[in-house]
Amino acid sequence: MELHQQILQYLLSGFSTGAIYALIGFGFAIIYNATTIINFAQGEFVMLGGMLSYFFLSVVHLPLPAAVVLAVLATTAVGIAFERLAIRPLKNATPLSLVIITIGGSILIRGLTMLIWGKDTHALPSFSGSEPIDIGGATILPQNLWIFGITIVIIVVNKLFFNYSITGKAMRACATNRRAASLVGIDVRRMVLFSFVISSAMGSMAGIIIAPLTMTAYDVGIMLGLKGFCAAIIGGLSSGFGTVLGGLLLGVLESLGAGLISSGYKDAIAFVILLLILFIRPQGLFKKADSERV
Amino acid sequence: MKREIVKFLILALLVLVVPLLLKGGYLMNVLVFVGINTMLAVALNLLLGFAGQISLGHAAFFGIGAYCSGILTATFGLNPWHAMAVAACAGTVLAFVVGFPILKLKGHYLAMATLGLGIIVYIVFNEAVNLTGGPSGLSGIPNLSVGKTVFDSDTKNYYLIWGFTLATILLSLNLAHSRIGRALRAIHDSEVAARVMGVNARLLKVRIFALSAFISAVAGSLYAHTMTFLSPASFGFNFSVELVTMVVIGGLGSIYGSLFGAVLLTLLPEMLRTFQDYDIVVYGLILILMTMFMPGGLVRGIPAMIGAVSARRGNGGNEHA
Repeated sequence: MELHQQILQYLLSGFSTGAIYALIGFGFAIIYNATTIINFAQGEFVMLGGMLSYFFLSVVHLPLPAAVVLAVLATTAVGIAFERLAIRPLKNATPLSLVIITIGGSILIRGLTMLIWGKDTHALPSFSGSEPIDIGGATILPQNLWIFGITIVIIVVNKLFFNYSITGKAMRACATNRRAASLVGIDVRRMVLFSFVISSAMGSMAGIIIAPLTMTAYDVGIMLGLKGFCAAIIGGLSSGFGTVLGGLLLGVLESLGAGLISSGYKDAIAFVILLLILFIRPQGLFKKADSERV
Repeated sequence: MKREIVKFLILALLVLVVPLLLKGGYLMNVLVFVGINTMLAVALNLLLGFAGQISLGHAAFFGIGAYCSGILTATFGLNPWHAMAVAACAGTVLAFVVGFPILKLKGHYLAMATLGLGIIVYIVFNEAVNLTGGPSGLSGIPNLSVGKTVFDSDTKNYYLIWGFTLATILLSLNLAHSRIGRALRAIHDSEVAARVMGVNARLLKVRIFALSAFISAVAGSLYAHTMTFLSPASFGFNFSVELVTMVVIGGLGSIYGSLFGAVLLTLLPEMLRTFQDYDIVVYGLILILMTMFMPGGLVRGIPAMIGAVSARRGNGGNEHA
């Protein structure tokens, strides 16, 4: 393969992992905007999506579409339980204790998954065959197209929901000012619950569509979650276009770095970018800085 | 103040007497690790409990101390004590350099940044195979020695490491009761207010971060020379979380609490060997339940609970004692 074909190849695979990071990043942003909590358990929703669809498909022997739907529903149930049991009971929690609680939740979910389904790595079959498609000298798998398609659908639905539905608008109101939102009759606690529902569903979907490419295991959630967070940070923790760009940017840099520099340090690239952005532009690449209220 | 001295002396006496009661054996080996973990938990508590700054990557400083010491002695044949000094410097300097940008961040951002730092260091341990031996580990690290005494048995290592542990505790207790300790607690409560009162919050946070890294790196060096073998798995994210759990169980800002947390979390998995894989689940539960119901930790929470029960008023644990 010549260099430009190689680079095209890296770009394509970078876009596809980047789309996943964007979806996970959305989950972070939605919960953050509703609660100002960074949900460290977000990556575990992604992991649950992959593991549960493997479980429903290969152990319960359901057809793939049913397995996917059940996996999303089950993960959403976990998200709801987490919000109900660990987040809602807290009153006047400090950011420090919220960090510790969501980390506790994350290792609890991961540990239970390990106890129930073991430490093995599982593969999910591709949604429609694995015949590579040739694009200008580079190849792409049908699963990549599924990833692009599903990500675009989720982003569009997400946009429509937050801009046009009454619930979506209410959630945005909570993000802007919780007190004011509750004064105009919005049930803030319900919106927080909704944010967990949407994030866990979205996260699990991301975990499902990437599982045929990268396999899944009980511990994939840490890395995927952190990279999704990195995407969200680049996008300034908004659930808009910035996070999509952040995800794609991260995916492409990672894939170029792995291909051209060293595949062993691939994961380190994302974290170096994360640190640089936090140091230099903690408000994200595409946002103006807010002033801090004391 | 007098009570503090008495408390510390009782602890020191206990440390001295325990080996005589145990007469060697497997538990001595476990107690060596209790000592190392206590150093780490106390070091993290200085940052987390006093200054209120979370670090989810403290295993990195522990690992840097361990690998520095290990590589310098095993590969380059340096004297272990000199290697320890270099290792401690390496940890401190790294903390100082990353401390300025990283401690500007707050809350979740700080947590994520330290987590990222920890993972980068962990990846380097795994990938720099030429230096660290990669995932298969680094072996042949010599024991420490003073004169003709080589610290090669559990009992000798026990006294060596608990010497360092007691020194760490004494230093931290002193710090907690000093001007710096009060300034740190002021930062914990409100950084802005502390700065208005004339506390140089930024520099102070970096200095405590560096001190915490220094202690962790020394603990890492001790670990390297007692284990004589290192592998990256000991310095990953899970261990960072375990350290946070120790501090949270014992109570944020309580030095003896950290000691208690380290003892509990090191002994518990040893005693529940059959539950080996369960330990991470238990840590998760502990973190959630403690933060929800006993944010002051066991050391303050249990007396508060007893007080509450006897006074028939339900109000468990207070943030600062």
